[in-house]
Order: sequence, then C-alpha cells, then structure tokens
Amino acid sequence: MIRLEKRKEPSKFWRIANPFLAVALTMLAGAAMFAMLGKDPVVAIRLIFFDPIFSETFGSYSRPQLLTKSAPLILIAVGLAIGFKANIWNIGAEGQYIMGALFGAGVALAFFPAPGWYIFPLMVLAGAFGGFLWAMIPAILKTRFNTNEILVSLLLVYVAERILAAMALGLMRNPDIAGFPGSRDLRRYEAAHNAELFANTGIHWGVVAALIAVIFAYVMMTRHMLGFHVKLAGQAPRAARFAGVAPARLVIVCLGISGALAGLAGMFEVSGPGGQVRIEFAAGYGFTAIIVAFLGRLNPIGIVLAGLLLGLTYIGGELGQMMLQLPGAAIQVFQGMLLFFLLALDFQTNYRMRLTRGVRT
Amino acid sequence: MKKLISAAVLSAALATPALADTTKVGFIYIGPVGDFGWTAGHDRARQELQGHFGDAVETNIVENVDYGADAERVMTQMALSGTDMIFAASFGYGPDVNAVAGNFPNVAFQHATGYIQEHDNISLYDARFYEGRAVLGHIAGKMTETNTIGYIASYPIPAVVSGINSAYLHAKAVNPDVNFRIIWTYSWFDPALEADAAETLIEQGADVIMQHTDSTAAVRVAEDAGVMAFGQASDMVEFGPTAHLSAIVDRWAPYYISRVQALKDGTWEAQNSWMGFAEGVIEMAPWNDRIPTELQEEADALIAAISAGEYHPFTGPINRQDGTPWLADGEVADDGALATMDFYVEGITSDFPN
Repeated sequence: MIRLEKRKEPSKFWRIANPFLAVALTMLAGAAMFAMLGKDPVVAIRLIFFDPIFSETFGSYSRPQLLTKSAPLILIAVGLAIGFKANIWNIGAEGQYIMGALFGAGVALAFFPAPGWYIFPLMVLAGAFGGFLWAMIPAILKTRFNTNEILVSLLLVYVAERILAAMALGLMRNPDIAGFPGSRDLRRYEAAHNAELFANTGIHWGVVAALIAVIFAYVMMTRHMLGFHVKLAGQAPRAARFAGVAPARLVIVCLGISGALAGLAGMFEVSGPGGQVRIEFAAGYGFTAIIVAFLGRLNPIGIVLAGLLLGLTYIGGELGQMMLQLPGAAIQVFQGMLLFFLLALDFQTNYRMRLTRGVRT
Repeated sequence: MKKLISAAVLSAALATPALADTTKVGFIYIGPVGDFGWTAGHDRARQELQGHFGDAVETNIVENVDYGADAERVMTQMALSGTDMIFAASFGYGPDVNAVAGNFPNVAFQHATGYIQEHDNISLYDARFYEGRAVLGHIAGKMTETNTIGYIASYPIPAVVSGINSAYLHAKAVNPDVNFRIIWTYSWFDPALEADAAETLIEQGADVIMQHTDSTAAVRVAEDAGVMAFGQASDMVEFGPTAHLSAIVDRWAPYYISRVQALKDGTWEAQNSWMGFAEGVIEMAPWNDRIPTELQEEADALIAAISAGEYHPFTGPINRQDGTPWLADGEVADDGALATMDFYVEGITSDFPN
C-alpha cells in the first residue's frame, strides 16, 4: 500500500519540476476532454499552445499580442508576490489596477488636446500613485485597526468598479459621442498614447515596465535587506521581529509596491491596448495575476514564464474557438485544470509517497 | 513522432484553401451562446444562415469576448485566417471594429447596435427594440396590480434608455398610477446580479419584471416569487412557464442571410439599417394564457399599427423628465434623436445614471 510521509524539507526538485509536470498533465487531460467533445485533441492542443507562436498565418500577429496580453499580468503578479512572500495578502489588485487607469486617464483628459512631452510621464506617475493610494486603504486600516487586508482589499475592488462606471458615464465621458458611455480614445491623443515602441512587436511602455519590475523584484528579493525581511516575516514572524522587522512598516511597503505596480499596469492598459475608460474596462487582470503569481512560485522569473503561459492559453483559446469551434467554457475548464494540477502536484513537494508491504500495525 | 506526423497531416488538411465560393463568416459574442437571450438570438441566426447556404458558407464563433483589446485581437485573427465577413454582436465593440476594419479593408464588418462608422467596410445594424417595449409596457400597465413595474437595465445607452421610456409611456397610457423602479447592472450577462436585482425589485413591490439584460435569472426569480416577467431577446418561457408573459424575440436571420448573399453577389456595401416589427427582425413570443384575450387583441393591434407605420411609439406630446418639452403634440421622434437618447421622459422618478 501507499504511505505518505512528510518531508523534512520541501523538495527543491519538485518545486521547480511541478509547474512543467502540471502543464504536461493539463495537455493530456485537456486532450482527453477535447476528444470527448468530438474535436481532434492533437489539433486542439496545437492550436492553443503552438499556433499563437509558430503558425505562419497568425504568428506574426499573435507573438506581439502575447507580450501585450501578458505584460499587465506579469507587472501585477510581481508586486503581489512580494507581499505574498511576507504573508501579506493583497487580493484587490483589480481595484488598484482600475484606480491607476482612472488616475492616468484623468491626467490625459485634463490636458486634452494639448501636446506636450511631459503629459505621458505625468500619467505614469499618476497611475502608480492611484494604485498606491487605493492599496494604502487596506494597509492603513490593517496597521491602525488590525483589519483583515484580504477582505478590505477585495471589497475595495467593487468600490473601484463603481467609481469606474461613474467616471465612464459622467466626468470622463467623451462629450463628442452623444448617448454612449466611455471616455475619449486615448490612442487618438498622441501625447497620451502608450503606443508600440517598435512597430509590430507588441512592446509598449507597459512591457518595458514589467521587465524593469521583474529585475527590480529579483534583485530586491535576493540581494537586498528588504527582500530578506520579507522572506523572514513570511517564514518566521517571531524571528523577524527579533531581527528588527517592523510588521507595520512591512505591510505598508508590500501593499504600497503591489498597489503601485497594479496601478501602473492599469495606466499602461488604458492608454494603450484598452484605449479608453469604459465601464467594462477591468477584464479581471488583477485576479488572474494572483494565479500567475502562484503558478510562477512567487519568483520573479517564474512569474514571467507563468504570465506568458497564461497569455498563451488566452490567445490560443480564442484560436481554438475560432478554428475548431471549441466552446468557450471548455477553454476556461482547460485553464482551470492548469491551476488544479499545479496545486495537486504541490502535495509531493511537502510529502513523499512510499510503497510499503503489508498492513501496518 | 507519430503524433507529429498526424499533426502535420491535420494541419495540411486544415490549411486547404477554402473553395472559392465558400464564404467565411465570423461571429464574436459578448456572452456565451448558452445565455438563452441576446447571444443565443444571434447564434440562432448564425445556424439559420449556415442552414440556408449549406456548404457555401463556413461560420466560426468566439464567445465571451470582452470589449477592448480582446475584441480587437479576436477580430484581427479572424481577418488573418481569411474570414470574409465579421459580425460583431454587441454595441461596445464599436472602437474595436473601427480599428480592425481600418487594417482590413477587404473584410466586411457588420456591427450590431453600433454607433461608430469610420470606414466604408463597416455596416451598422440595429433593431427597433423600443417598438417591442411599447407592447410590453402596454401589457405590463394593464397586468400590474401593485402599479409597480421593475426594470433591470444594463448599460445606459440609447437602445436601453429608449426602451425604458417607451415601456413607461405605454404603461402610463393605460394605467396613470404606474410607477417604474429601475436597477442598472452595468453588465449584459451576470445571472447572479440580475437575480439580486429582480429580488430587490420584487421586495420594492414590483409585480412585473422587465429586463434589458441577457440571462434568464430574472424570469426564474419571478417564477419562484409568483410575479410576472418578460423575457429578453429570446423566448424564455421554459424558465418561468407561469411568470413569463411574453418576450421581444430577435430574429436576425433574414438580415444575416441577405448580407451574406449581397457579399456573394458583390453588391455588399456599408449601410446603416434599423429594423423593427415591419421587417420581422423583432417579434413577440407567444402570449401567456394568463393575459386576458381582450388585452392580447389590443397588443396585436398595437403591433399591427406599428408595423404598418400608422403609429410611432414616440409620438408627442412628450416632455423630458425635468418637465421641458421634447415632442410637441402629434410630433414624431426622428431616428437621430432616438439613436442618441440620453434622458428619461417625464414621470419616471428614478435619477438618470451619470
């Protein structure tokens, strides 16, 4: 029979191997599901995982799109991961993303239609500040009144969504189009447009910012005292206190960083691919980024890979619907499988399975 | 290796160029095809289109596509894969349709309930839902016992606002004491939110629920609560056999078939079509038996008058909510005013959302 044994130390090998194994298992289970739906499983898996990158028809368009779609996920997830390492749970990145977009777009619309090189940098600052500000609400409530940051940050998402709707309908509404909600298209306002930096590469300032954030987070977590404090606070809170870590300061820093990065992501999206403040602007990036953070093992490099992988399943999932008439829900199940297998496999990071003979007495 | 070879064979099969006379038509939907409402209506039409042309068309769908970057990407990929015509079935795709259409001048774009037309390969089409809403309002005004009608609204856009106004005016015409309670969900498809809204409206005394959202949730809630409701975009009677009085049913198929035929004939060009009862794009689901025969006849007569062009649901005198005159006695609203309507008419007590 099989006996479970807790490992003395989590297995380093499985920590790294599990995500790859999870992807492989997802492909197998997904293929089985697609076969049951009467679709050719090989074609389906190829459409989702390979065609967005390698197809002659789509590749040249979807490769850049992959960067565009993954960049906000990576940018947000990198920030969240820092907090998660310290057991500080910012679940409300979606709200910070929205507020960053609103602050950034607000600056642009205030200057419209003036030209000026300084407008875009101001929007960047405003976007980061908007996200930071929104994250400071749960941070200060936690440090002052010991409220739960999970609940407060999550509930503030719904508040942010309402503010977004109010802005799209009222203050930020495009006065030139009668009767319809939504702001001006920032892609048509040159000074505020987060355009592609190199044509047809999908690389805009948000992609650059994601890259910088990844490097910054990597250096901080491995080389800097703050990174050490973060890890210590997560693994041994008592020891952290002896080491001079001020818990309140850490809450402010972690929520502040993740809020500012989420705000930046929102700002780059609204001024680039998203284009305008719309009621339905927030497409769940802030929540998907939580999955990306865990799939990437809370490690900046892992998050880059996880973000690209998730972006790939989105774009490939659309191709699968279009080319093979896969139902949209099957794609969502497929994405769910990925997380399921990863979490299930994590079991063997902490436990080992042993085959034993006979019945144990 | 075997896998690789079979993949290569299949990809070759997939890549076989479509026969010259096969028209490839793509559809992008804001909701799931299984919403039993708006998206189901468009997909019904797609299936009819497929049935009508058989092998001469190939249709593809992508469902649950968000407005913005996602929609732009899906339509671009459709265009790249050789799609000849794209139906974008929600108003919010406007900026995205225009962005993609500019890049693919040889693809014909059909944007449902659209309002931006910057390229000559974009056709806009819409249904005169306010005509159907007039009939619903008339029935609701007579059927309500609490004189309170609940209205679940999605986005404050002209199509929805004119629907509320039309329903209210025609309910008021047969029942001067009628009162509308309106809840905005800011979403097309959110069954949980729609169910909550229906429950709230019923608590506030509404005994007839109208909706301009796409799920069947409100009809189910109404059935459980023992009040009345109207379906949306599709016949939703199976979700509330007792509650469901009728529904405005969208029938896009004849229009879709005509547009694809035009493309095949080489006569397709950008248009702006606004169709109602007369063109058969909207029709009413069978009346529930609990609607008295007399009232059914009145409703039929109203439909006939609107179809024949003898009666327009927005005929003055009508004032705006703030009391300022909008239409003089006997004056009929023009399409431009209806297509940009952003105010309630006099008598509606809710605040206009902004």
